[in-house]
Amino acid sequence: MSVAQIHPAKPAPASVDARPMTPQARILSFMPRKPAEGSLARLPQLLRQLGESLLPPLITLAVLLAVWEVLCSSPTAPLPPPSRVLTESWQIIADPFYRGQGTDQGMFWQILASLQRVAIGYSLAAIAGIALGVLLGQSQWAMRGLDPIFQVLRTVPPLAWLPLSLAAFQDGAPSAIFVIFITAIWPVIINTAAGVRNIPQDYQNVARVLRLNGFEYFGRIMLPAAAPYIFTGLRIGVGLSWLAIVAAEMLIGGVGIGFFIWDAWNSSLISDIIVALIYVGVVGFFLDRLIALAGRLITRGTATA
Amino acid sequence: MAQHYLTLELVDKSFQRGGTKTEVLTQVSLGVAKGEFISIIGHSGCGKSTLLNIIAGLTPATSGVVFLEGKTVDAPGPDRAVVFQNHSLLPWLTVYENVALAVGKVFRRTKSRAEQHDWILHNLDLVQMGHARDKRPGEISGGMKQRVGIARALSMEPKVLLLDEPFGALDALTRAHLQDAVMEIHARLGNTMIMITHDVDEAVLLSDRIVMMTNGPAARIGEVLDVPIVRPRNRIELAGDRTYLKCREAVLKFLYERHRFVEAAE
Repeated sequence: MSVAQIHPAKPAPASVDARPMTPQARILSFMPRKPAEGSLARLPQLLRQLGESLLPPLITLAVLLAVWEVLCSSPTAPLPPPSRVLTESWQIIADPFYRGQGTDQGMFWQILASLQRVAIGYSLAAIAGIALGVLLGQSQWAMRGLDPIFQVLRTVPPLAWLPLSLAAFQDGAPSAIFVIFITAIWPVIINTAAGVRNIPQDYQNVARVLRLNGFEYFGRIMLPAAAPYIFTGLRIGVGLSWLAIVAAEMLIGGVGIGFFIWDAWNSSLISDIIVALIYVGVVGFFLDRLIALAGRLITRGTATA
Repeated sequence: MAQHYLTLELVDKSFQRGGTKTEVLTQVSLGVAKGEFISIIGHSGCGKSTLLNIIAGLTPATSGVVFLEGKTVDAPGPDRAVVFQNHSLLPWLTVYENVALAVGKVFRRTKSRAEQHDWILHNLDLVQMGHARDKRPGEISGGMKQRVGIARALSMEPKVLLLDEPFGALDALTRAHLQDAVMEIHARLGNTMIMITHDVDEAVLLSDRIVMMTNGPAARIGEVLDVPIVRPRNRIELAGDRTYLKCREAVLKFLYERHRFVEAAE
């Protein structure tokens, strides 16, 4: 980014307001700054940047693994050291695409099953959350009526909903999805409502002068203006739903990373649990980054006025 | 009064907050001819922006009526396009799309796709912004944003163009260029324009008549000054012009002798 700013490719913007003084405006174009030596000369610099960003986490990781190895090295240690995790659980590390009977599946399929549940529950939460958030942001009455209820409900821990949803749905699968839904929806509602309430009066005036109807206002003004807020809510929501899925799956069973962990515990396969935790962490990290990236792509330009 | 193009009749505006009522405007009456350029000048807080918002329909008057071509104004609409003080371009749309939003809405039924496209480019060219059509507002200067704001307002083919301190946030040089651009557009298209300003030179240079507001609260029209200078006007030639200086003096006297601004007048 910064490189692009150093070489002003087009001096055109500056010349417009200065149009009557044409000779002066042209001076700006006398700045062709050696564009040829670009990529090759920057290679060492790129390598250094890469090293600067990759080395510290790698060193930290190595140190942590070493400490762990030392702490758990005695044969009586309750938890296995990293080296034993590697040997004991080599089978599930090496073959993530393994397909067996029932819940005996490779890590990839376990994670995929969990991701599917999260995808359904989270999508529903995103749609319903944005819709309710718009309602709360637009209407004083909805705000006064619903906000206190939402503020109470959002403090209920995700798993507290599970027995209730099991009773209501009579089945594990929809119950897990419902738990994801109810966990992820609150930050989406609250942030969307805040975004809609904070739409600048100027944009509303533009919409009124143009006589935009409700749909046009929603699509052309409200959603783009509130998008940064909405994506903040969506990002918090996806993190929460990934937190909830593991706990929910432990209780409902079936294929899924949560039940895999629970099953490993029951079989005293502590190494498998550790491998699963690493998977859960990495997937959660990528989910968060995915939503952040989507937000950046979609809200491009909204932050600057 | 009814024969005017735009008529304000005894417009009052007061705001009710808690138990206290604040009078902003009282008994504002004004007739504007078609093609006329009117400036409304006054100290800050005199309710001139409120007056513009009432004409735009963005704020309802407490009492009194605004007529445009004999019809009552009671809601905002593209026939009274507004150029907002801080441009109010939508930052997620490009320059072209910002104007396209207005054109698409106003001419949905009357212009084909291709005609709309040509009309958008025509209006951008009118303010010399055709070259920046694919840029977003964040990527262009304040003066350019305001040009696009003017293009958007002009593209609606308004009966009255309302300008709310359009150049207030710009530096002096940029402001001069934009004033020239507005004068040129006014000469070319003959729009009826009403501009809020607190700049005496700007008012005299651009206007056919200057409406001078007394200080708020309960501001009213103090005087209306005719500016009998022939068009096209040139700021350099006018600098020593007798009529120009006299008009300028009249406005200054009104603002700084008879209605001197007192801070915290309440």
